[in-house]
Amino acid sequence: MTDTHTIQLTLKPGQHDGDGQRVAEAAARHLGLATGRVRSAALYTVRYPLTETQLNNFATRCLADPVLHDVRLNGLTAAEGFATYILVARRPGVTDDEGTSAQNALADILNEPLDTHTQHIFSKRLYLLENDLPADDLRRIAEELLGNKLINWLEVGRVADGIRDYTPRPGGGAEAITEIVKLTGRSDAELVQLSKENIYALNLEEMRAVRDYFAAAETQAERKAAGLPADPTDCELEIIAQTWSEHCKHKEFSALINYKDLETGEEKQVDSLFKTYIKDATSEVDRQLRANGNDWLIKVFSDNAGAVRINPDSLFVWKVETHNSPSAIDPYGGAITGILGNNRDPLATGIGGAQLLFNTNVLCFGNPEYDGPLLTGQLHPRRILEGVRKGIEDGGNKSGVPTVNGAIVFDDRYAGKPLVYCGTGAVMPMQFAGKDSWEKIIDAGDRIIMAGGRVGKDGIHGATFSSIELDETAPATAVQIGSPITQKLAMDFLMLASRRGLLKCSTDNGAGGLSSSVGELAGISGGAVVELERVPLKYPGLRPWEIFVSESQERFTLVVEPGKMAELLALGQEMEVELTDIGHFTSDGFLDVRFDGAPVARLNMHFLHEGVPRKILEAEWTKPAAAEPEIPAATDYTATLGQLLGSLNICSRESIIRQYDHEVKGRTIVKPLMGATGQAPQDAAVVRFNFESWEGVAVSNGILPRYGDLDAYHMSAGAFDEAVRQIIAVGGKLPNLTPGDGIFWSVNDNFCVPDSVYDPATNPDGKQKLAKLVRMCEALRDATAAYCIPLTSGKDSMKNDFKADGVKISVPPTVLYSMTAKMEDVRRSITSDFKQADDVVYLLGETHDELGGSEYYALHGQLGANVPKVDFEKAKALYTIVGQANDHNLIQSCHDLSDGGLAVALAECTFGYNCGASIDLRETGLALPAQLFSESHSRFLATVAPEDVVAFEQLLGGRATRLGIVTKDVRLVVRHGGHEVISADTDVLRSLWTNGPVNKLLGVVSKENLSHSNSL
Amino acid sequence: MVQDATQAAHKVQSEVQTQVSAPAGTVRALILTGFGINCEEEFAAAYRMAGAEPTIVHLNQVLHGQVSIHDFDTLNFPGGFSFGDDLGSGVVLANKLRYRQTGPGGRTLLDDIKQFIAEGKFVLGICNGFQVLVKLGLLPNLSGEVTPEVTLTHNASGRYEDRWVTLRVNPKANTPFLKGIDTLEVPVRHGEGRLVIPDAAIQQRIEAGGLNCLSYLDASGDGTDIYPFNPNGAALNCAGLTDPTGQVFGLMPHPEAFLSAYNHPDWARRRRQNPQASEEGEGLRIFKNIVEHIAHSRAAATSTAELATQN
Repeated sequence: MTDTHTIQLTLKPGQHDGDGQRVAEAAARHLGLATGRVRSAALYTVRYPLTETQLNNFATRCLADPVLHDVRLNGLTAAEGFATYILVARRPGVTDDEGTSAQNALADILNEPLDTHTQHIFSKRLYLLENDLPADDLRRIAEELLGNKLINWLEVGRVADGIRDYTPRPGGGAEAITEIVKLTGRSDAELVQLSKENIYALNLEEMRAVRDYFAAAETQAERKAAGLPADPTDCELEIIAQTWSEHCKHKEFSALINYKDLETGEEKQVDSLFKTYIKDATSEVDRQLRANGNDWLIKVFSDNAGAVRINPDSLFVWKVETHNSPSAIDPYGGAITGILGNNRDPLATGIGGAQLLFNTNVLCFGNPEYDGPLLTGQLHPRRILEGVRKGIEDGGNKSGVPTVNGAIVFDDRYAGKPLVYCGTGAVMPMQFAGKDSWEKIIDAGDRIIMAGGRVGKDGIHGATFSSIELDETAPATAVQIGSPITQKLAMDFLMLASRRGLLKCSTDNGAGGLSSSVGELAGISGGAVVELERVPLKYPGLRPWEIFVSESQERFTLVVEPGKMAELLALGQEMEVELTDIGHFTSDGFLDVRFDGAPVARLNMHFLHEGVPRKILEAEWTKPAAAEPEIPAATDYTATLGQLLGSLNICSRESIIRQYDHEVKGRTIVKPLMGATGQAPQDAAVVRFNFESWEGVAVSNGILPRYGDLDAYHMSAGAFDEAVRQIIAVGGKLPNLTPGDGIFWSVNDNFCVPDSVYDPATNPDGKQKLAKLVRMCEALRDATAAYCIPLTSGKDSMKNDFKADGVKISVPPTVLYSMTAKMEDVRRSITSDFKQADDVVYLLGETHDELGGSEYYALHGQLGANVPKVDFEKAKALYTIVGQANDHNLIQSCHDLSDGGLAVALAECTFGYNCGASIDLRETGLALPAQLFSESHSRFLATVAPEDVVAFEQLLGGRATRLGIVTKDVRLVVRHGGHEVISADTDVLRSLWTNGPVNKLLGVVSKENLSHSNSL
Repeated sequence: MVQDATQAAHKVQSEVQTQVSAPAGTVRALILTGFGINCEEEFAAAYRMAGAEPTIVHLNQVLHGQVSIHDFDTLNFPGGFSFGDDLGSGVVLANKLRYRQTGPGGRTLLDDIKQFIAEGKFVLGICNGFQVLVKLGLLPNLSGEVTPEVTLTHNASGRYEDRWVTLRVNPKANTPFLKGIDTLEVPVRHGEGRLVIPDAAIQQRIEAGGLNCLSYLDASGDGTDIYPFNPNGAALNCAGLTDPTGQVFGLMPHPEAFLSAYNHPDWARRRRQNPQASEEGEGLRIFKNIVEHIAHSRAAATSTAELATQN
């Protein structure tokens, strides 16, 4: 028996090597490198004593597919005709699900229990290249196409020189070392330096507050009594840094802001953006709802996700948040941990154990076709897009959660830091074993249980790292790797444990790891004792503070009554989920952390949660100078429409959408693409809750960053309206229109802005940026009040800047409104595609000369000035009436107007069933380009069956403009004053849209699916 | 304790459902879950709508002997990503069924499954479940020895895809699951659904037996190898297989995702054209077929037995 073995699987001759082929194609396409043929192989290094027979059986029966693979044991070899190689291994401690699976299989074939938490098998990929490329080129392929230096170990070279293997040997010996950090006597400069060196992300004032806390006589006396040193331990400073991070504490949203409008001279003080515009606004909405017998708002802002009541039996739980910084440095890992992390929020709301219903995602990227130089540490936008897409695919698909809705926005300013918004909706029974499911109750004496994955160095400092701007020195440990299978097991366990009444409550281990999850829960009981030596580790070598703040993924913190421990542990064992008792809650007012009995940290809970000094920030608003461009009038806009349909922000996302499972669970009623062709884009998704009732939920996302260049208020108001009207378009209804109608709405706001704290040297326009944020929040308050729609949860991400080589790339101030609303009967949903010839086409709502920030102007390289503005009162009246029209089944199709205006909407509506439309635009005094391309808000394109026209027109009155009819031929013809201004084959339009840059980028362009005959 | 667990798992998949105790003679379907399987809820809903009594059970409850497959009429392997699918879809689960010893004398769950089939019972695998049956060798099982004869691997496109396809039932197919069905629309949602048949001899035997029971169709209703109508480039344009007995059936597409007419991407136009059409989805027919078949066989057996007693 030997202890280390290598198993190499190569495809048998004649078997299609898709992986190898993709590498060859990508190297040619993206790097301009000719690799010749590329052959891929799977490698497994087994560090476990096996006899030759055992190894052979394991390799041939468990790992190899007898139809596909040849097996080679112990020794890396290359077939004839391959000159060079690239080996992609993982760095120490990086999650290796494939290795874990192989270990599982080994245990089965040996029929021996094998500790699956110790890594015995390491999986790798080997690529053999025909051409004799120089090492630099091989390294480029390795680093830019195959792996990420932060997580992968990459070997390259000539086959003739022997293939170098690499197998990680993680960690050293145990490191039960806690260091003392001297704060007393440090100068201001030294305090700032200390914060920067340790990635505390605390400013001078905050560091002073920490120093003063430890210097206080009371603290000194308590520490002496508890056996702690006078100065803080490394662990204590880390806990404070995590807890006080912008990520966890939202210091800027809680700051006192002095706001000046330089246009009007108005000055005001905003006492916390969160309180003023979000929390108080929602309280007011709730007051109006309750006054009208609508008491479905159950839990807002105080838990991991917001909860509203669906019916007397169940709650809908909704959370959207961002994972931007991790996605910038490791797009795949950042996105997958983003989606899995966001899943944990509804899963661990209240008692925990909600059933996940769907995911959504909204992504903002730089131009993927960018071909200029990159800054140090900056990844190419295409690579970020591909990595994030793959992360969402694996995160959603492997968890069995359908990805039902999403959006992608392209703007060069996202080329430094992309924005990755992940949303998850879930259903939770009102009660678990007789207890209100949404409550978090903890008493002294309750046990603290860590459930799920183990702890390693991955993700250390994620919370603080995401609270600072990104630069080329991003730490490797900030990268987190997701394991959807580990989380799936924990999720299944949590659902069963909560239904059996074994959980008192639970929370997610996300940013800040145990320090945040236990720290926050301890706020409920009034303290906690944590014994860190009990925490199971992926490998030795972690210091106590690292264990406490590590953001290793797929972990929950459970609160369990001592009497239920035995049953809980038994269930965990049965379902193969590791559970560890790591301490208990107290009520003595202290967070008390120990390692092997020795004190590691002891912090006053009040100081920890309330001690952070309040920020005072300056904001100044000046209206940006803007002018309407002079674009020469044309007589025909067919070509313009074609260009718009093929433009980056409008073109089809089908290649991405289809790689997400959008119908697992079998409940998705309106999917992202519908119609007989499966290519008609929809406005909002509709998902039913279960198979027994037709109740469901509509889901939409509103985001319009480019309008912010003209006016952040109208950008934010427009984004809110966009999300509302998308839900109205699919047949949703505004809330609170009738007493006790029970139609819930639940909205998450997610602000992603550049550094908005003024600094004369490093951020000279900080005041203007902060003023934009204030205006975005003002619009949010006005919108919630106008529609009576409450916010239930959300997030703010404040430092979305990337700095390297003396250059700073900052995102435009961006806000996403993610909305959900109850659908009483999903069978009454409305889809966007035209259904039948002779149906009458109407434009609902008003079109104005609002081409500012439009895609039409962008096509001409212009921004313009006239930003679209929402008239909330008119919008609400229209939405109410559209709801009434739907009550009478008067609407056959409905599409909201957004990017590209009326012309693009007309084209999109024909994509579902190869029909056409004959449209006449009246002379309205509005210039033709504005009629066709203006992006005025609160508008729909709807069709009505001929027999319903009278009833529809009576109901809608002047709010509906009759445009024409749906036709059987495949032509879109638009006339203006009797002249044809657009005349195109709708097949051709669909082809331009389908063959746009996004589908091309992913190599999914196919003539076949454009053909006329592709009806299902 | 075991029953509790089963019921609790059952409850999880449908909060609203009221527990109805099944009358004697009800067809009982065992649906495996756990370890990354994720289509068990719609699988159970399908059986429930078809009139059977579904029970969702964690794989470990079966491996540890708390639940016996022999108490059920059908054994079902749902879709998902069992054990993460990192070694190839379905591989680790197939391996566990084949090698993990569950009883004395080195008995494995595969031994139980063989007995289950020998007793005339039915096995259904969808997507990942189909992959498990193929990797185990229960499909197509030409040799009768349950060793892998064909495989399912990465789609020719190299991508996971969710899209709707049209299937034709092979007239030669001999399985109650597909009785009376000619064509069927269903979604595919997989990255590893390309059937690879290693040699002409095996292919010929599969075709001769009509074991390639489902094929992907193009718009004109012919079997096709053209993407996207054939979404993965499968040999024989094949979307599903049976074993020679017809009792074991597996397919890549998801009939359990088409239980309601409102699952179809074109439902809105279709219902406009035919408002009186059934609200049931086409996928449900497969489940109704097998439930009816078992109920009928049982009724026939009972009446035969009664006749025998009377005589």
